[in-house]
Amino acid sequence: MRKLSANSASVRWTLRLARWVVTLVITFAGLLAVTFVIGRKIPIDPVLAILGDRASATAYAAARLQLGLDRPLTVQFLIYVRDVLHGDFGMSLLTAHPVIEDIQRVFPATIELATLSTMIGVLIGVPLGVIAAVRHNRWIDHVARFIGLVGSSVPVFWLGLMGLLLFYAKLHWVAGPGRIDPVFDGMVDTHTGSLLVDSLIAGEWDVFFNAFSHIALPAAILGYYSVAYLSRMTRSFMLDQLSQEYITTARAKGLPEHRVIWRHAFGNIAVPLLTVIALTYSYLLEGSVLTEIVFAWPGIGSYLTGALLNADMNAVLGSTLVIGVTFIALNLLTDALYRVFDPRAR
Amino acid sequence: MNTGPRRWKDWLLSDTPASRRQAALGLAYRRWRRFAGNPLSVFGFVILALLIIVAASGPLIAPHDPLQQVLSDRLLPPGSPSHWFGTDQLGRDILSRLIYGSRLTLSIAILVVVIVVPIGLLIGTTAGFFGGWVDNVLMRITDVALAFPKIVLALAFAAALGPGVINAVIAISITAWPAYARLARAETLRLVQADFIHVARLQGASQMRILLRYIVPLCTSSVIVRATLDMAGIILTVAGLGFLGLGAQPPSPEWGFMVASGRNVLLDSWWVATIPGFAILLVSLAFNLLGDGLRDVFDPRHGG
Repeated sequence: MRKLSANSASVRWTLRLARWVVTLVITFAGLLAVTFVIGRKIPIDPVLAILGDRASATAYAAARLQLGLDRPLTVQFLIYVRDVLHGDFGMSLLTAHPVIEDIQRVFPATIELATLSTMIGVLIGVPLGVIAAVRHNRWIDHVARFIGLVGSSVPVFWLGLMGLLLFYAKLHWVAGPGRIDPVFDGMVDTHTGSLLVDSLIAGEWDVFFNAFSHIALPAAILGYYSVAYLSRMTRSFMLDQLSQEYITTARAKGLPEHRVIWRHAFGNIAVPLLTVIALTYSYLLEGSVLTEIVFAWPGIGSYLTGALLNADMNAVLGSTLVIGVTFIALNLLTDALYRVFDPRAR
Repeated sequence: MNTGPRRWKDWLLSDTPASRRQAALGLAYRRWRRFAGNPLSVFGFVILALLIIVAASGPLIAPHDPLQQVLSDRLLPPGSPSHWFGTDQLGRDILSRLIYGSRLTLSIAILVVVIVVPIGLLIGTTAGFFGGWVDNVLMRITDVALAFPKIVLALAFAAALGPGVINAVIAISITAWPAYARLARAETLRLVQADFIHVARLQGASQMRILLRYIVPLCTSSVIVRATLDMAGIILTVAGLGFLGLGAQPPSPEWGFMVASGRNVLLDSWWVATIPGFAILLVSLAFNLLGDGLRDVFDPRHGG
């Protein structure tokens, strides 16, 4: 009897895993299809983009053949899928490097920015949300709601410019655009791709402080959105818990208030909160596109926009794919986390 | 004995309405009272009403031609005579550009909602109502679309279609519909089990009739609330595309693009970038406040 139930449980898990993999494959195929269509829909002739306007008719035909543009669309799509799966996104017209190498170079800068911003969001947003819920309708609650409201209304590129104007130009608290001063560029070896971590490993304190004064403002700006979103979600989760009867019971038993709040109520929202944090991270990854432009941050957002404005389509599609895959992976991971940690969802 | 307004109020709040019209008006009145009880929502409502008036009467109230360049009046600070909000690098009046820009921002946001809401409603209600494989297929497509990064995809679409207002609308619409489909499906699943749907079915109403006359209208209110809240996000995305040069093209006075052009003179002439950005903030804040108020009125479950 026990054996049977263990068996059916494992069957259920296998089925769930299979469904998860199928979702992943379908979503990824959808992303590939969309980028493929965008790539074929562009008003730019890919052959002319490579050969230039004055190519002869024979050279044009040869290049067209070489690019496989004479084949049926379905075959072209399959070739595209094969190339992408091999990590071949083509050459960038702008940098004359393979797109995949460019992305490997710029993506760590984005990850560093998004990670630091998420850390700010978690460290400030979550406690703020909890306190706002506990002190419902008091002044701290109004402050939290105001932060949340402005966070969903203010354009990130404008907030970034205002930050630069105030903290860089007027107050000189932080360094300006870019990731590091040119003097320090390339002084530490790359291990993790994060300048902060790499300079610590190398023990180069000057580099660390310079990198920090560059990242502080963009991370604070992006972190603000994360604080706004996380405090709003935490607040509403907590309010939901605090209105339930088991909280009244715990209080009636005479448990100290901090234990009721942090062990009972917060313990129950930890799992949904974890998934919300993972979601925030994927939003920040995306939100970094506009922020990177404002701060001349050499990440994938700057790379993507530079490619967009110069009609460098391979680079555009490559970056869209990489951001898309990261986004999808985070989404699915969130879903999986929820199922693993929350017994009710099993 | 009863004075006029008092009698009206009693009539509106009557527990035993004598007619369908009285009941409907009474409900609307009660909702309005609940909405008006929240000063922040009323503030959002007033801002948007003003914005619509400003946009509608643009040429009448704008002090200058938004495109006219007066090179001798370049970069005048706010408060200058006849240029309340100052001028930009080309000597164009910023206030007039803001007023004309409000037309662009509003029409793009409304256009997106007009395109997206019917599509989302149709897909969501169809999936929820028919269930089975229809539901499965439609919802898988929705899930896939929902899993995409919105801004990045809108950027890629805008790049592929070429910059411009209409293409920006298309790009944003393509990424915005899935949320509505999800919402409409959830509402439909709730409604399908209701008694009055069974009654309608027993009376011999066709599937189509039940879907279009019963289900869709009842989903509309929550979808519209959602759309109001979404307006803020849409306006931010429009401005973001404009900031990157992928929205409305110069010289048209799009707010995001105005911020971008003010960026070059930020340190000496802060107002060129600051003022249009503040306008974006104000409008999307107003939509958020209005949306919050509407949600409290139409969907009291989310109160708090």
